[in-house]
Amino acid sequence: MELLERFAAGEMDAFEALFRQFQAEVFGWVVRIVRERATAEDLTVEAFWKMYRAHARFDPAGNFAGWARRIATNLALDHLRRAKHEVPLEDDFPAPARPDASVQRETRERIALAFGELSPKLRVVATLALVEDVPHREIAEALGISESSVRVRSFRATRILREELKDLVANHERAK
Amino acid sequence: MNEQNDRELREFLKSHVPNVRDGLERDLWPDMLRRMERGARQVPWFDWALAGAVAAALLLFPRAIPVLFYHL
Repeated sequence: MELLERFAAGEMDAFEALFRQFQAEVFGWVVRIVRERATAEDLTVEAFWKMYRAHARFDPAGNFAGWARRIATNLALDHLRRAKHEVPLEDDFPAPARPDASVQRETRERIALAFGELSPKLRVVATLALVEDVPHREIAEALGISESSVRVRSFRATRILREELKDLVANHERAK
Repeated sequence: MNEQNDRELREFLKSHVPNVRDGLERDLWPDMLRRMERGARQVPWFDWALAGAVAAALLLFPRAIPVLFYHL
């Protein structure tokens, strides 16, 4: 029997094999959304726990990576809903040292605040599309929505961020 | 104009939002095993709801207790 069939049948060693095969991929996806390594680790484990419990509903002919990513994205979205306006952009990921550290820090705080203004649904799309450059098709698959919905969300998020950050963006352009 | 604004916003964000280290640095399988153990110990909410409903029914209709014992 194939690995996915054995997983769907509830075999523990098949689940372990899939966990080991996909844990890095799921973590890598989640951390790009929540931007905190510890949280991303917890959410990765939680996502696999959900998959384990839902093994009987998994179609072995289907795409495990896509299914895993969809479950993990929903959990990340739930996390953002709970965390509301907390947008970590720096603690875990120190930026390269810049000459004017205090200005840089202030800029990043303003960006974090601006992202905090977005609803979780918009924030996920904004982070993945604008910061991470993930194609709209990939975001749509992970969120289980159409590409046009992703475009609409990206447009709305961009409009809000542009408004919140217009002075900083203008300064950035002038400094180039 | 809008496209240019979008491009400027993207460039600005990319130069100020730090990249994420998206590589997994440790094996999460031990955490997974702990999560499964905890999950196995958890009683599903509907079991609690059922127990509550039975307790409420027995309080409201104490005469049903012998009937319940008979059926058990």
